[in-house]
Amino acid sequence: MVEFTLPKNSRIGVGTTHPAPENATNIRRFLVYRWSPDGGKNPSIDTYEIDMDACGPMVLDALIKIKNEIDPTLTFRRSCREGVCGSCAMNVDGTNTLACTKFTGEVKGDVKVYPLPHVPVVKDLVPDLSQLYAQYAAIKPWMETQSSPPDRERIQSQDERKELDGLYECVLCFCCSTSCPSYWWNSDRYLGPAVLLQAYRWISDSRDDATGDRLDELEDPFRLYRCHTIMNCTNTCPKNLNPAKAIGEIKKRLVERR
Amino acid sequence: MSGRTSLRRVRDLGTARDGVHHWWVQRLTAVALVPLSIWFVTSIILLAGSDHARVTAWISNPIVAVFLMLTLIAMFYHLKLGLQVVIEDYIHAKPTKVACLLLNNFGNTVLALSCIFSVLKVAV
Repeated sequence: MVEFTLPKNSRIGVGTTHPAPENATNIRRFLVYRWSPDGGKNPSIDTYEIDMDACGPMVLDALIKIKNEIDPTLTFRRSCREGVCGSCAMNVDGTNTLACTKFTGEVKGDVKVYPLPHVPVVKDLVPDLSQLYAQYAAIKPWMETQSSPPDRERIQSQDERKELDGLYECVLCFCCSTSCPSYWWNSDRYLGPAVLLQAYRWISDSRDDATGDRLDELEDPFRLYRCHTIMNCTNTCPKNLNPAKAIGEIKKRLVERR
Repeated sequence: MSGRTSLRRVRDLGTARDGVHHWWVQRLTAVALVPLSIWFVTSIILLAGSDHARVTAWISNPIVAVFLMLTLIAMFYHLKLGLQVVIEDYIHAKPTKVACLLLNNFGNTVLALSCIFSVLKVAV
């Protein structure tokens, strides 16, 4: 059965509080999920009081400040700090998003920072995404052609290129897949919104010859049809993409070819 | 611990090459149920307070009987498809899952046929 409560070793306790410097006037409290595989302790929530006059505007700025100045043991992924690499995906204020493009000012009250939900945690805010990467690899995210290679680029018309808009921008942060209840319950078999959006990206590519084979690989009660149009994916996408629509388009193609 | 790669685990037994039919019929029955259930509920409201003879006379009308049976078929088929998805979503222990899926199939078939037989018994 689906588990509605956390297992014993995942119950979250209270951690340490790191107060702001005494002269600070503009203070925000960051409640951050902490767990380390060493020591066998349960996860806890550490509280960091941050002087916002000495901190950048994004949630990631605060996390970097914590790591640099307050607590170097805090672990998280980040790279580009401008929303194009997808590394700093985490749950901020109850919604999956990229910490680098999320303004602290948009959050009311304490800023709660958790790892992406329902995936194994490696440490603190770092989730284990290996299953999601394997699912991405399974849809063959590359161009498949039967025709012999041309002497130059494979040409697309402007309209054909336009069909990839809203699909190619995905940075594979997996905010959507980890926000999807259907993916939570059946991630072993359901591919999830991020991977299905990418599957559709290759289905709709005019240069790809394997559309039918790609649809064959998705025609499955679990791989594709666990999507019940809950729309959490579209709500949460930090790049404002629409995975639910892409999944709808795949379902349409499958009906079309019946 | 398993020697299988994560790609092997994800690809598992491959696709069922199935699911479109389920999805399509679920929508088909949903569309059919829009006018059918409006008609059914309106009729029942209009029949409220009627005596036994009047209701059996209503069911005996050939058009009413056919539409009642259509409503029952669409409704129980739709119910069966919907419950199947709920069971597959939430119940992961294999014996319980198989038992629930069997019960879903048999239960809905028995209920649907009993209802249709009742309509026929009154109508014919």
